[in-house]
Amino acid sequence: MDFHQRQKTDNIFRKIFKIAGLLIIGILGGIFLMLMYNSIAFFLHFKPADFLTDTQWNPGNTSHAEFGILPLLVSTCLVTAGAMILAIPLGICTAAFLSEFASKRLQTILKPIIEMLAAIPSVAIGFLGIVIVGPGIAKLFGIQSGLNALNGSVLLAIMSLPTIITVAEDAIHAVPLSYREGSYALGANRWATLFKITLPAALPGLIAAIMLGMGRALGETMTVLMATGNVAAFPKGFLNSVKTITATIAIEMGEVPYQTTHYFALFAIAAVLFIITLAVNLLGESAINKVRKFQ
Amino acid sequence: MTNNKKLSTEGLNLYFSEKHILKDVAIGIPQNKITALIGPSGCGKTTLLRTFNRLHDLLDYVKITGKVMIDDTNIYDPKISAVEIRKRIGMVFQKPNPFPKNIYDNIAYGLKVNNTDPYRIPQLVEQSLRESFLWDEVKDELKKPAIQLSGGQQQRLCIARAVALRPEVILMDEPCSALDPFSSLKIEDLIRELRKSYTVVIVTHNMQQAQRLSDYTAFMYLGQLIEFGTTKEIFNNPQHDLTKNYVTGHFG
Ligand SMILES: Nc1ncnc2c1ncn2[C@@H]1O[C@H](COP(=O)(O)OP(=O)(O)OP(=O)(O)O)[C@@H](O)[C@H]1O
Ligand SMILES: [Mg+2]
Repeated sequence: MDFHQRQKTDNIFRKIFKIAGLLIIGILGGIFLMLMYNSIAFFLHFKPADFLTDTQWNPGNTSHAEFGILPLLVSTCLVTAGAMILAIPLGICTAAFLSEFASKRLQTILKPIIEMLAAIPSVAIGFLGIVIVGPGIAKLFGIQSGLNALNGSVLLAIMSLPTIITVAEDAIHAVPLSYREGSYALGANRWATLFKITLPAALPGLIAAIMLGMGRALGETMTVLMATGNVAAFPKGFLNSVKTITATIAIEMGEVPYQTTHYFALFAIAAVLFIITLAVNLLGESAINKVRKFQ
Repeated sequence: MTNNKKLSTEGLNLYFSEKHILKDVAIGIPQNKITALIGPSGCGKTTLLRTFNRLHDLLDYVKITGKVMIDDTNIYDPKISAVEIRKRIGMVFQKPNPFPKNIYDNIAYGLKVNNTDPYRIPQLVEQSLRESFLWDEVKDELKKPAIQLSGGQQQRLCIARAVALRPEVILMDEPCSALDPFSSLKIEDLIRELRKSYTVVIVTHNMQQAQRLSDYTAFMYLGQLIEFGTTKEIFNNPQHDLTKNYVTGHFG
């Protein structure tokens, strides 16, 4: 290939990558604009203050429809928080065990199993919630139905575990051996080395793992729709049925008449979810940057 | 050599997988003296140092046979925990490896895991930083990430971290390789200071440094201990041709 030909192929490839990049930005921007456009349409019909402070989500009431996001928002946060309380310690301990203590053989068995867990479709996990976890919870706490926030949390924890474990294990594994050697040489035992040196050194990666897991839990729809009972009221605790933002959109979008206030309202709550996910990501990012200074 | 032997090996062999690295090493390192370990790159100096504090335990493909003793204790006795051994033997690594923490915590960490009285930690941190000639440079920024120090400062921090624990033995793997001549001399002063209460083993490629600093010198070649004696003997009257060529710089 002579010089000009090479320059030509260079240019073509540069254009292809540029187009691909622009396309992605375009799609993201398009989604954002669509959400915003429809949300604005909603707020022309419904006061933003009421949207944020009303304690009822009651769109079916034709004479006096209410679109208060609070019960849905609280439901989403409750289920996600519960999932993270379960999944973060479990995930990080598993990752630490895998990377620091498990034998090579155990690793080669466990890792693919954990990755397979990620491949289970969310509908199947939802089934698990209805058939096993739900009745189990009902029996354990002596309540009528196990379709509640706790059920959703357990299932979402299961679903976010593979992500958390895989990313956290990579992060722990990437900690240079020289840090560990330095710690052992000072007479530290393996626990002090793990908790005071290795895990702190892996912290940016661990935060990333948690953020990804949390993103997974926040956005998951089918499982919570099947397992949490879908009652759009303020939950008093983990044993109440809840209706998350995602489940609300999935359930109601199919039935709502086009371009009604209710229709636009669903875009507005989607926009709120979008903002929360964005905030979680930005917070994680800034935490990672703060920790990175030390490595 | 009538001194007490602090560290000693007998018939020590070490293999990385199938590779035979240390070959039948027998050495007795005298107490409260400075012993220099010299020899060409790759001859096994670092490997020998690491057998003394059982750092090879971290790798599963290392095989060690023979005897390694500290005083009258067999370091590889299955009944003895590596943690106990390592509390008695400090180490400064060939490459500076400060922890990803701030300067203060780098030293405080070792003190904490050795159950030092928390009230004494600030004072001990300062003392060890002074001893390693780092205090004046860092006293106003003890909370700064250690990684932002220069390479030589990092190495002095690692020395401070080791001496803060007052171990019986300090193993130093080329502690001055990242330092300018002036700081090197200061570190040498520190090491001389340490000799009063510790046994020091120092790997060095710098023949002048070995002569200035050490009481005894061991010359290693291809995993074997070729010659071991007082530094004077080794440099002025080596018994072995290999040693002679090496210390006079006519090597290879
Ligand atoms: N972790 C390891 N795994 C396998 N082989 C190793 C390992 N560490 C060292 N070796 C090998 O053991 C031999 C001795 O290495 P060692 O680091 O002890 O040399 P050295 O005398 O310290 O050299 P230098 O002066 O360059 O530091 C070398 O051939 C090296 O390749
Ligand atoms: Mg070496």
